[in-house]
Amino acid sequence: MAAHLILQKILKTGRVSEPAPAADPALRTRVQALQAEILRVFGQAVAVRHVDAGSCNGCELEIHALNAPQYNIEGLGVKFAASPRHVDVLLVTGPVSRNLETALKRTYEATPEPKWVVAMGDCGCTGGLFGASYAACGRVADVIPVDVEVPGCPPTPTALLQGILAAVSGGR
Amino acid sequence: MSAFDSLNPQAIGKHLWRLRLAAAQLPGLAEAVREDGGQLVALWGSDDRHLGAGYAVHVVFLAARGLVWVSAGLAAEAPAYPDLAAVFPQAGRMQRATWDLLGIRAEGAADGRKWLRHGAWPADAHPLRKDYAGEPVRETDAYPFVRVAGDGVHEIPVGPIHAGVIEPGHFRFSIIGERVLKLEERLGYTHKGIEKRFEGMDPDTGARLAGRVSGDSHVAYAWAYCMAVEAATGAQVPERALWLRALFLEIERVANHLGDLGYLGNDVALSFGLNQFWRLKEEWLRLSEALFGHRYLFDRVVPGGVAADLVGGSALAEYCLAVADEVRELKAVYDEHAGLQDRFANTGICAPELAARLGLTGLAGRASAQAWDARVQFPQFPYDGLEVNMATHRRGDVLARAEVRFAELFESLRLIAEIIAGMQEGALRADLPQVTAPCEGIGWVEGWRGEIVVAVRLGADGRLDRVHPHDPSWRNWPLLETSTLGNIVPDFPVINKSFNLSYSGQDL
Ligand code: SF4
Repeated sequence: MAAHLILQKILKTGRVSEPAPAADPALRTRVQALQAEILRVFGQAVAVRHVDAGSCNGCELEIHALNAPQYNIEGLGVKFAASPRHVDVLLVTGPVSRNLETALKRTYEATPEPKWVVAMGDCGCTGGLFGASYAACGRVADVIPVDVEVPGCPPTPTALLQGILAAVSGGR
Repeated sequence: MSAFDSLNPQAIGKHLWRLRLAAAQLPGLAEAVREDGGQLVALWGSDDRHLGAGYAVHVVFLAARGLVWVSAGLAAEAPAYPDLAAVFPQAGRMQRATWDLLGIRAEGAADGRKWLRHGAWPADAHPLRKDYAGEPVRETDAYPFVRVAGDGVHEIPVGPIHAGVIEPGHFRFSIIGERVLKLEERLGYTHKGIEKRFEGMDPDTGARLAGRVSGDSHVAYAWAYCMAVEAATGAQVPERALWLRALFLEIERVANHLGDLGYLGNDVALSFGLNQFWRLKEEWLRLSEALFGHRYLFDRVVPGGVAADLVGGSALAEYCLAVADEVRELKAVYDEHAGLQDRFANTGICAPELAARLGLTGLAGRASAQAWDARVQFPQFPYDGLEVNMATHRRGDVLARAEVRFAELFESLRLIAEIIAGMQEGALRADLPQVTAPCEGIGWVEGWRGEIVVAVRLGADGRLDRVHPHDPSWRNWPLLETSTLGNIVPDFPVINKSFNLSYSGQDL
């Protein structure tokens, strides 16, 4: 019975995935020394590990939204993974609370080279409204090296996807 | 006869009361509130030395008459007040946080461990004291977890960085085989000094910060904060602005419930549910952006009113009907799906008696027969004319929390249409009156997760002197621990998601 309802609903819904946005080269913060070899190995597939370094959880809402069928990210070859040891990209949110500073550094160290770091949101880019204080370090780049910064509060899923693609695609 | 009748609290708003008394009276009052069937909602402290006083402890009780904000002045040296956790266990972590941040001690408390302090400041420093100017340090005093010993018991430590896209926290499971014997949470990882950050801010910037205490409850926080600032300054908010705030709040509730219902399906391997609900949620967010300029309505609630108007309300009302139809179809699938029902039913139970004893609140509370909803019992304008239907359940399991979400989702979709129909043309924002002396106010809003309470004090210069935002997650986190006992570890994700508590909201 449930299976019947599910199939009906799937047929009725149809295909909702939309075409992918282009990578945004303007988001790049440092020169990408990407070798053709890495690009070849990578192809289109990239694994991402999200690290919440003290966000308000607003940025996480948009990371979740990126997994909505409209964005079809797995179809683009972007996949969220559970362990930093399995990924190419760290996606970091928040003004890096001091209580997570060590965990963030360890996660960065646990991620194999080559790796890219995308700082997400105004908090990740500048510390945002929370800023640097007794409890927060401020921008992610003050704690680990950052390749791409995606501003916004929170950045839209499209901006986020552009940022991730910009990080791994070099000059593409 | 209720606990407060003889104490003559002062009315400071609709269903809002204020009472000042001596700290020694607090335990007796708490007992009386408990006997009346009331609850302790929040507890925090303040450093009032710059106002010619000492410190103060503040407790917010929920009682038959509404919300009562009780304050007790404390000494400037070694400030202390009697423990309230023996009466209301939910006060325990709030008291520990108050010690960490302000050095105000709960005398006689059974658990004196640190809570929000990890290593960013030393044990003898208290960052919310006005004279704290300490540089960050790295202290590494370990956190004493409760140990469970016995044959075959072992521990699984999880976090602070989790495997999924969720907020950071540490869970320590003590298990035998696959059954959980004990779960201990260690939170505070996302502590980013929000309360200190408020100090000295102008009220408008404060609203933006308040909305970012827990981003998923942005509207609820911004409204509660603005309500407090408006009460403190005596501002008169235009009616249309209040209608729009209610509209935003229900839009926020719908967005969160859609997302959670999708993830609940996903956590029991029904990815169909995730895709369908997140398709709907994404459309909902895009509509919010098209109508009001932001997917999550950030910064649309401002002191004195709102910063966005509704144009084309009938299209939104019609869209709500279409969403309700789709959700009905999806609910039929969830209802019929044997695998999902099997995983949801009898999983992560919080029995009504325990929920009452430990103060479970909000939507999780209502799923365990704790029938409180400020929109229903203590409505502010415009809810006082809307006749909100409360959703409750007695099972207290994952299924009940899903059912309450479905019911509240349908109700919010209905309310949105009513709000659109009820709104009159009018101004969107009023100026805040000039502040010339310190003034205080409190705001109380039923967010999608539960009650959001924000207390505000403005200084004579019109800037924020002390703000305490309070998340319902404070009360519910301890019950996630008890609800997990006896379940198998692989069911933890769905139990956790069914509560969906805020880390940032309680870590501050
Ligand atoms: S950028 Fe905005 S949404 Fe993201 S964590 Fe910071 S405050 Fe929250």
